[in-house]
Amino acid sequence: MITKRIIPCLDVRDGRVVKGVNFQGLRDLSSPVELGKYYSDSGADELVFYDITASAEGRRLFTDVLTEVARTIFIPLTVGGGINALDDFDRVLKCGADKVSVNSGAIRDPNLIFEAAKRYGDQCVVLSADVKRVGGVFHVFAKGGREDTGMEAIAWIKKGVERGAGEIVLNSIDTDGVKQGFDLEMLDAVCNAVSVPVIASGGAGGIDDFVTLFKTLPKVDAGLAASIFHFGEVTIPDLKAALKENNIPVREV
Amino acid sequence: MIAIVDYGVGNLFSLKSSLAAIGAEAVVTGDADVLRKADKILLPGVGAFGDAADKLRATGLDAVIIDEARNGKPLMGICLGMQLLFDRGFEYGEHAGLGLIPGEVRPIAEVIPADYKIPHIGWNALCFTENKSPLFRYIKEGDCVYFVHSFYAANCADSVIANAEYGALLTAAVQRLNVCGCQFHPEKSGRVGLNILRAFCEEETIC
Repeated sequence: MITKRIIPCLDVRDGRVVKGVNFQGLRDLSSPVELGKYYSDSGADELVFYDITASAEGRRLFTDVLTEVARTIFIPLTVGGGINALDDFDRVLKCGADKVSVNSGAIRDPNLIFEAAKRYGDQCVVLSADVKRVGGVFHVFAKGGREDTGMEAIAWIKKGVERGAGEIVLNSIDTDGVKQGFDLEMLDAVCNAVSVPVIASGGAGGIDDFVTLFKTLPKVDAGLAASIFHFGEVTIPDLKAALKENNIPVREV
Repeated sequence: MIAIVDYGVGNLFSLKSSLAAIGAEAVVTGDADVLRKADKILLPGVGAFGDAADKLRATGLDAVIIDEARNGKPLMGICLGMQLLFDRGFEYGEHAGLGLIPGEVRPIAEVIPADYKIPHIGWNALCFTENKSPLFRYIKEGDCVYFVHSFYAANCADSVIANAEYGALLTAAVQRLNVCGCQFHPEKSGRVGLNILRAFCEEETIC
């Protein structure tokens, strides 16, 4: 039986993890390698590294640490941030990434999904969408959620899957940071529209939110979160134990 | 020394790193002589069956791999590399494989229920068949490994050593004497995956 995936997301700037993290026993709290290993050891099913660097030098630092992470950690690694061209896919895949997540880059050039899927396979291309309700309609936002593209989100995501996206990360701007649970309504709409795996993001405040997510929407494949893991509010072993108690299949380590 | 076959298909960085992590000496190579001298051979692969089979033939390494395997050298195929071990594959047409294990590679859509997603992506549990393979000596029934695939090995019941349940039983690993293969990615399957590679790499393991 396929298990539900739990995915911590790490923001990286100039090769260092940003957003303070709060763990006992880690020597270097901003080392992507140490944090990645910590998560991998505690049962994370996959890791997402999001590069928020703006400079070329920062990019180089990012790929250096990615290489080191891939040398140390043997679970699937997804990289997002600054993916605007096939060269960017190439750059991170060579460093050991397994999947590449596109967001604004695909909005600027939707053909990027098609070209990348053709070259690297559908399984490699993750379409990440930041979505917010505008006048009761789901809109896709660009530039880290700052800019309304005016595009209707479900149609955009369906089109992305047709172009070759092998997975969808749905980040609800409406629930992100609120910590009152995932956006079940929005996730349901996406799950009903596409047949590729859907990863829920935005809104997790505690263990119960993951239980509710997978119980309410069995079609959702994975839950992604950042701060609740980084601040130690939820540990992955506790989360997986709770999911298991609720008869939701999870991988045990 | 373990030879990882490089025939221009996929990214070998993680596989090489995972062998380093278990202390196995490995080399990524497209050189026939290196394959002949190696103690064991790993055949990786991602992408489509026909493409990969063509590329392998274009390098001429197919004949070397077949020779070495028939002479008893341990060979492990990974993901598409496992699929290539079979007689033929039906992905975008019909293509000949290496013919080292009887069977064929068919779409999982033929056997799984319609509401199951394709590809089969994610962590799934291994169900061993009756005689536990030495490849699994460091892991246990029910351990999860990471899959990404839309095709599976069919009509090969004699060679199956593990299945994964995904609405149907899908071939997860096969073995026929010294030739074996994993449909999943051991190099992306955490400690469990490393332990499978370790068992394969160990001198005394008769794969």
